[in-house]
Amino acid sequence: MAQFLQYAFSGLTVGAVYALVALGFTLIYNASGVINFAQGEFVMLGGMVTVFATAAGVPLPLAALLAIAVAVLVGVALHLLAIEPAKGASAVTLIIITIGASILLRGLASIVFDKRFHALPAFIPGEAWRVGGASILPQSVLVLGGAAAVVVLLWVFMSRTLLGKAMIATAANRMAARLVGINTVWIICASFAVSAAIGAIGGILVTPITLTNYDVGTLLALKGFSAAMLGGMGNPLGAIVGGLVVGLLEAFGAGYISSAYKDAIAFLVILLVLFVMPNGLFGRAGVERV
Amino acid sequence: MTMQTLLRRHGVVLGLLALVLVLPLVLPSNFYFRIATLTFIFALAVLGLNLVMGYAGQVSLGHGGFFGIGAYAVAVGPTHFGIPVWAALPLGALLAGLLAFLIGRPILKLKGHYLAVATLGMGILIAMVFTNEAQYTGGPDGMSVPRLVLFGWSARGPITWYWISGISLVVAAWLAMNLIDSPTGRAFRAIHDSEPASGVLGVNVARYKLIAFVLSAVFAAVAGAYLALYDGGVTPRTAEFLRSIEFVTMAVLGGLGSVIGSVVGAAFLTILPQVLTVFHDYEHVVLGLLIILFMMFLRDGIVPTLARLIFRRRS
Repeated sequence: MAQFLQYAFSGLTVGAVYALVALGFTLIYNASGVINFAQGEFVMLGGMVTVFATAAGVPLPLAALLAIAVAVLVGVALHLLAIEPAKGASAVTLIIITIGASILLRGLASIVFDKRFHALPAFIPGEAWRVGGASILPQSVLVLGGAAAVVVLLWVFMSRTLLGKAMIATAANRMAARLVGINTVWIICASFAVSAAIGAIGGILVTPITLTNYDVGTLLALKGFSAAMLGGMGNPLGAIVGGLVVGLLEAFGAGYISSAYKDAIAFLVILLVLFVMPNGLFGRAGVERV
Repeated sequence: MTMQTLLRRHGVVLGLLALVLVLPLVLPSNFYFRIATLTFIFALAVLGLNLVMGYAGQVSLGHGGFFGIGAYAVAVGPTHFGIPVWAALPLGALLAGLLAFLIGRPILKLKGHYLAVATLGMGILIAMVFTNEAQYTGGPDGMSVPRLVLFGWSARGPITWYWISGISLVVAAWLAMNLIDSPTGRAFRAIHDSEPASGVLGVNVARYKLIAFVLSAVFAAVAGAYLALYDGGVTPRTAEFLRSIEFVTMAVLGGLGSVIGSVVGAAFLTILPQVLTVFHDYEHVVLGLLIILFMMFLRDGIVPTLARLIFRRRS
């Protein structure tokens, strides 16, 4: 039981980060129809900027804010400079553009920062807490709490503010949204910004546990994308559940079956789920117009 | 058959053949032969992928896995099972085709991004086997590959492999062009344009998607075997998912649905990193930037977009 709890804690911690990445995918996909493979780089930027800002003597909260700001700027720039000018190109062309952006950002990060691994001190110092025979780091609780806070804030933002509602309207039907006077270019830009901020927050929170370097984004994008698809593309709840499930599968797979095959177990389950539910756990079946 | 289709079909293949024949006259050193050989090998894999993506309209992010099966077949077969190299190569291709056939049925029911993630998972599972089954594959360090020996003649060095891969590419292009102009090829394109519509018209959608998928897996496996034999070794990096992403990028950059596009896309991403080494640390920055710019300005891929521009000017 203690062992089970232990795996569950580590699975949920990693899963929370996957969930944030998946949520970022979902936001951009809903607003613009683009699968943004540079999503993982936002997480990397969150961690790396915070590490280097704190090393330069900036207090942690300020460094974290700075990191989020940098990620948001990069997200907005990605949209305005690369995605928006290619408006009307096919989905696969846009995906390759985001892959190019991901290579570019990784390259820049390796120059501006370096290629080494970096850690941050835990935000809440102290010993691991004991829960039911298992131990959990305060930082893990912070990751989970932070992810939950992001989700709640996002929900409030989407359902209570005009900007959020405009984002939902744009996701539902871009043409109709434009007809009622919503500046959809601006809204898509905002969704890149929000998505970048969410990724960066994930990166900042998890860096004390998992370390970071210029290259962490690739794997995170891969896992986040898979999680979003597992949940059902375009469904925010699906993204969160998908992320947590992928994290838990990895942890339990590594613990009970084989640590060498932990990624394999997660992907095997994703494949099986998709065979039974071709639109993911929460996705709706689309109807193709002929 | 009109003169025009004849010219189009054979023009591409003949042009490619001419390129393969003439290039050695201008390539100054073994280094350039190596780059050309790598381009041909990757173009072979991308050509297969293009059948799936460009003609049948199905995304695959898992072709690095098939590439790896071909590569490891010529490594593991001779080393552990005593299979001669010349037999291990087609055996690997057969194995990749068989796997594609078995996995393809359930996977190809998925659409769009769901198919992408399923093929991605498949590729990662395959790569993981190569990394973890160290008693056969040498684990993360990989293993060496014996030379291909045919009738007492050992195939080694960039110039030999230039000819093997170049001629193979021409043959593959000829096969692909024939396929595209056959009823099967027309069925591929119908599926690309609209799956429900082609289903209604009596095209067996599942069957043709599977054909394209299996063929592309075989192409990728042969290419993988060539790379392993040429390099004299394999590591799990041969099959990693970045390889799959690279193939897709090559196919899209060169132009989906274009045989020449496959070669141009493969050349672009093989030659460019060599050229960009002059930028040292900035290599990846420039590479990423160029991919973005090319896709922004040549949206349908390099070859189709340029072809359209030239055609428009003429008429």
